[in-house]
Amino acid sequence: MRGYRRYYGKKLLWYLVTLFVALALNFFLPRLMPGDPIAAMVSQAMGDGAVIDAEAIRAVELQFIERFGLDQPLPMQFLIYLRNVVRGDFGTSFLQHPRPVSDIIGESITWTLALQLPAIIVGWILGNSLGAIAAYLRKGFDKGMMPVLMFVSNVPAFGLAIVMLWLFAVNLGWFPVGGGFAFDMVPHFSWDFMMSVLRHYQLPFWTMVFITIGGQAIGMRSMSIYELNADYVKYARFLGIKDSKIIKYVFRNAMLPQITGLAFALGAMVGGNIVAETVFSYPGIGITLLSSIRGGDYPVISAATLIITIMILLANLFIEIIYGLLDPRIKAAQQDV
Amino acid sequence: MFHQVKQAFRSPKFLVGFIIFTSLLAAAIIYPALSMWHPLQIITRPGFAPPGRYVNIQDVIQVRPLDRRMILVDVDANRLGNVVADEDVYNMIYFLETFLGVPVGHLSVDDQATVIYYWNNYYDPTYRHAGMIMAEHLAWTRFHAQLQVALDGTIIIAYRDEEGYLQEGAGFDTQDFVHIRDIVNVYHFPLGTDNFGRDMLTQMLSAMLVSLRMGLIAGLVATSIGLTLGLVSGYLGGFVDDAILFITNIFTVIPGFILLILITYSLGPAGRGVTVVSAVIGLTAWPWTCRAVRSQVLSLRNRDHVNLSKLSGHSMPRIIVKDILPYVASYVVMALILQISTAILAEAQLSMLGLGPNTAEVATLGLMMQWATMFSAWQVGAWWAFVPVILAIALMAFSLNLMNTGLDQVFNPQLRDS
Repeated sequence: MRGYRRYYGKKLLWYLVTLFVALALNFFLPRLMPGDPIAAMVSQAMGDGAVIDAEAIRAVELQFIERFGLDQPLPMQFLIYLRNVVRGDFGTSFLQHPRPVSDIIGESITWTLALQLPAIIVGWILGNSLGAIAAYLRKGFDKGMMPVLMFVSNVPAFGLAIVMLWLFAVNLGWFPVGGGFAFDMVPHFSWDFMMSVLRHYQLPFWTMVFITIGGQAIGMRSMSIYELNADYVKYARFLGIKDSKIIKYVFRNAMLPQITGLAFALGAMVGGNIVAETVFSYPGIGITLLSSIRGGDYPVISAATLIITIMILLANLFIEIIYGLLDPRIKAAQQDV
Repeated sequence: MFHQVKQAFRSPKFLVGFIIFTSLLAAAIIYPALSMWHPLQIITRPGFAPPGRYVNIQDVIQVRPLDRRMILVDVDANRLGNVVADEDVYNMIYFLETFLGVPVGHLSVDDQATVIYYWNNYYDPTYRHAGMIMAEHLAWTRFHAQLQVALDGTIIIAYRDEEGYLQEGAGFDTQDFVHIRDIVNVYHFPLGTDNFGRDMLTQMLSAMLVSLRMGLIAGLVATSIGLTLGLVSGYLGGFVDDAILFITNIFTVIPGFILLILITYSLGPAGRGVTVVSAVIGLTAWPWTCRAVRSQVLSLRNRDHVNLSKLSGHSMPRIIVKDILPYVASYVVMALILQISTAILAEAQLSMLGLGPNTAEVATLGLMMQWATMFSAWQVGAWWAFVPVILAIALMAFSLNLMNTGLDQVFNPQLRDS
């Protein structure tokens, strides 16, 4: 147990450092903009014509200068920024003026989590099962399945989203054409609202599941084939161990790289899904990001990107914790200590 | 080298990928060059036009030289007088008022156009009104059919007289035909037009080339950074290795797409040229290559031939280039191929968020998708504005990935599908 603590302690520390780097990037990158950052932000917001209320911008500008200590040297600004982040204070939005950014982000991240977390998990499980089956059965199933899956895994998520919408919502009318719930409803707890949410949930959810399946199945299939050809499997077969028993070991070993693979692919997956969310006009972080990019709403962009990064870091940390429990090599290494 | 290339072509996967890829590339190069339009040239009116052949409206009515031509869509009252007798009009008004609920006194025999308008809108020949005998019902259906024939194709070519009034010049009916060869302005849009009225096929194929070029730039940037860092890190080891590995690990966990959003947003619209965006995509995509190259170099660095080279007093750059690089070369090519395909996808996703290349001269696949969604092509059922583009993106990535898998199996015999 002590060994585990050290292992996790190290991981945790490493993620904290990564978080710090992410925060620094989030802070410094936009400040590399040529010229005065605030002026650039304001002009971008004004230029796109999204914000008509000049008064509001001026107010936000002054508030910004004060809150972020823009009259102070850069390292000091960074410290102020860190303090604000810890407090969950991201300033106010340019577009929806008096509304605090944390409020906007908090609402949309809930929708995104509710959509993407189940979609990725379901897609991962289905994809891995499919890949394992394909690797085990080979022959017809594999030959027919693989090219399809390979092609699907190369379709961009937003592309599949548009095609799904066009096919099932516009042409067939089975599902609503977008949004998170019926446009004439206000979010509240009621049977009608829940049903509406559920109906709007289907298309985005299955799109994301489908996209996840493709990549995962291919990875799992080649990992399984690799393991099935490994020496220990051949040896076990010579010993006459039952096939079902061997398969259990094979897939368990093939699974481990798939778990780390998930950790590494998560960033790209979530990024793709976020773009797909915008197609569905799903009220998640994607649409928030899109509208704030169009309107030059800098505070929201900064907070949204930071939140996505933090979410992915957390998910990665979680995956690593699970991995530590599953991988016998790590267990063994810890027991030596 | 030649041997390796030859070996790659033995892999069916590589071959299929290669064939798809080269045919896409050939189409992208040849078609826009032969096309009669510039990829971004606006040809028709705004609005998605479905695939097919199009005849310019001028040619449709250009029958004889007249100084003014116009199409009269509304029914001409005088002309109608020749077709429908006053008595019929009276009966029609009676029918409309009695059976179809038009207010009494609303219609008059003098205003035939309004009567016809109401008639066409309200009369339903399939509906049997209560209290009407069959003969009467059939009489009305016959009358309706006659009326439709009489009203059909009332296109009148008019010219302007001295006072500036339009005078009927010549009418022509539904039996006038012109051979399609004799019409000057026949355009063929195999994939329709986009919302701006530009030919989709020309635009898409040229966009494919631009996207591919962006992918290549991004891939080269990512691969060269990754390769350099990986070689240095793996070969030197020690502190340099630790430092580079640390940075690489951080950037594999921090999502590249988020960095991409931050950087491209910071560049501002003016800074987002095609080349700049591709370079930025490359800048966020190197960690993978770096990690993989490093681990390969680690296993190579203590091989005998490298040690021998060291003993012979060769300089470090020479050892890296001559003794290590050739062993990782095949891997680097595969990584480059993957980088190109991910970069094409990254460009498309960025453009969807409105952070893609800011240019008016060329289209990219991502920009085309952005336009299609901006004008909600899927809502109006204009599938030709997005399905081919999505297929192009997917096919390009698919062929590149197939080539990559094929190469992987050639150089990694363990992965071969026995």
